[in-house]
Amino acid sequence: MKSKVIELIDIKRNFIVGDETVHALRGISFSIEEGEFVTIMGSSGSGKSTLLNTLGCLDTPTSGEYLLDGVAVKSMSKPQRARLRNKKIGFVFQNYNLLPKTTAIENVELPLMYNPEVGAAERRQRAIDALIAVGLGDRLEHKSNQMSGGQMQRVAIARALVNNPSVILADEATGNLDTRTSFEILVLFQQLHSEGRTIIFVTHNPEIALYSSRNIRLRDGHVVEDKVNPNVLSAAKALAELPKTDDD
Amino acid sequence: MNFTNLFKIAFRALINNKMRAFLTMLGIIIGVASVITMIAIGQGSKVSIQKQISEMGSNIIMIHPGGDMRGGMRRDPSEMQTLKLTDYQALRDECVFVSAISPNVTSSGQLIAGNNNYPSSFTGVGIDYLKIRQLTVESGEMFTEADIQSSAKVCVIGKTIVDNLFPDGGDPIGKVIRFNKVPFRVIGVLKSKGYNSMGMDQDDIVLAPYSTVMKRLLAVQHLQGIFASALTEGMTDNATDEISTILRRTHKLTADEEDDFTIRSQQELSNMLNTTTDMLTMLLACIAGISLIVGGIGIMNIMYVSVTERTREIGLRMSVGARGIDILSQFLIESILISITGGLIGVMLGCGASIAVKFIANWPIYIQPWSIILSFGVCTFTGVFFGWYPAKKAAALDPIDAIRYE
Ligand SMILES: Nc1ncnc2c1ncn2[C@@H]1O[C@H](COP(=O)(O)OP(=O)(O)O)[C@@H](O)[C@H]1O
Ligand SMILES: [Mg+2]
Repeated sequence: MKSKVIELIDIKRNFIVGDETVHALRGISFSIEEGEFVTIMGSSGSGKSTLLNTLGCLDTPTSGEYLLDGVAVKSMSKPQRARLRNKKIGFVFQNYNLLPKTTAIENVELPLMYNPEVGAAERRQRAIDALIAVGLGDRLEHKSNQMSGGQMQRVAIARALVNNPSVILADEATGNLDTRTSFEILVLFQQLHSEGRTIIFVTHNPEIALYSSRNIRLRDGHVVEDKVNPNVLSAAKALAELPKTDDD
Repeated sequence: MNFTNLFKIAFRALINNKMRAFLTMLGIIIGVASVITMIAIGQGSKVSIQKQISEMGSNIIMIHPGGDMRGGMRRDPSEMQTLKLTDYQALRDECVFVSAISPNVTSSGQLIAGNNNYPSSFTGVGIDYLKIRQLTVESGEMFTEADIQSSAKVCVIGKTIVDNLFPDGGDPIGKVIRFNKVPFRVIGVLKSKGYNSMGMDQDDIVLAPYSTVMKRLLAVQHLQGIFASALTEGMTDNATDEISTILRRTHKLTADEEDDFTIRSQQELSNMLNTTTDMLTMLLACIAGISLIVGGIGIMNIMYVSVTERTREIGLRMSVGARGIDILSQFLIESILISITGGLIGVMLGCGASIAVKFIANWPIYIQPWSIILSFGVCTFTGVFFGWYPAKKAAALDPIDAIRYE
């Protein structure tokens, strides 16, 4: 049996805004096993980002228990959680969040810069390997402002891969991209999945759910649906069938 | 945390914002450069004043009539006549810490030789005067003890006098010049000393036997002063004490009476002027120091803005595993790098400006090594001090708030 990477037990997250309390998460429980490709769907404001931030140890739940690789995150100090993010989590954001005026390779090296166990030579090699893995082997020295959105998102994915994390978390990773580029990125995620990586992909686009192995739907801070996708479509095939545009 | 990595991160961040880093540095550059230049100017004037004092003569001690003038009170004219020839003779015969001694009386008036005239003054002195003021006779000779005994109407003149009274280049030795209608024979010409550092012409000088000036020009019994040289610089105090003791005895002063003469030594004068110039230096350094603080505030200001501007970057760094301390260190290193680089440029600029002042404005300049070390230290401290608050603010940011910051 595969090990549980993530286990959530009755996670609640309240935000106090003025006199009001916003219940972003109202008691969420599920677990995710190694090698799953999970999409988390839901309309805007349903709590997807809040949930993902919790999973990424960026945010702490108001109550409930979160175990990452069997370790309780709640009891950890801030620096300990930083180390956890550094070693076990790869984050991909909707707006890429690359360092400005910085080369692809330096962007990808970033997580390893905060890992004292990795030396300069190894750091560079791993960054190159990660960029090759996302298909940017020929763009190593390109700066972030010299790349297209799809390329920037690939750099961001390479950065999420480079520390060899337990789980890759993506928040609307295709939200800023056109259909074709979105599919290219999806192909990449499917490929990473097939290599055995655990991926949690947040999206408000129901179509994307068809390409993942499990779908969780949120509404108003609750899980309203959690089902295994028996029939995972191939993003590569969908990409090939997309009508070619002239301006490519 | 790995310091080299943090250093690299901070360095890259600065490289990515060269213009901003430079503008931030500007305050520090100007601050450090002005500290160094101001101190160099202050210390330069100190050195030049010291030079002036040593130009006055060797280990000179000056005795003047009248008590200490520092009270600033008006005094009785009779008080100004307390120094007599007998005092000079007593000092000359008894002092052991004194190597040379000469009376000093001056009379000013018009010098005439043929058709030329020149306003100057006659200084009546003893033979030792040459030694005390470090003068040498270039041609002809100094008057003798016999000339003093006989109050001979002879004089030794400086180069400026020669130039003005004998402009056609004839040998002045043996010529007669008239001073207030009294004819004097020129027997020697002094070697030129040029202008002193205060801009005074040291060659505008006429020396005559003191006896001649006292009897034939001024008709007085008292001296305007006595100049002496201590044996060595270190014995100046002994010589001053000795002179004081002898004068109090010859003036028959009782223990509770104050001195009716004033002794000033070169050393005392130089100490006094040193205090003044040190104060000047301090003042200049303070003004410059303020600009250094302003530069520091500039760093704080820019770092503060930079933290706000780079909130997303901070959030991203935190999301990939940077701890608060890593962010703090990064911003602190950035501000220290800015201030150290600014400091280095400032040191070079300060030295350059000092040298420029020396050559263009012709001011005396003395670059003090301690001023370089001091301003450099201060600006490093400035970097830490003024970088701390913005860095602390950056480190305290919440990762999600930071990464969502618009
Ligand atoms: N920092 C916050 N402060 C206050 N309310 C918040 C904060 N973050 C999220 N929320 C609220 O929590 C709810 C869920 O937000 P979010 O997780 O961003 O939704 P989604 O990503 O699904 O659109 C929303 O109602 C939102 O307004
Ligand atoms: Mg969201």
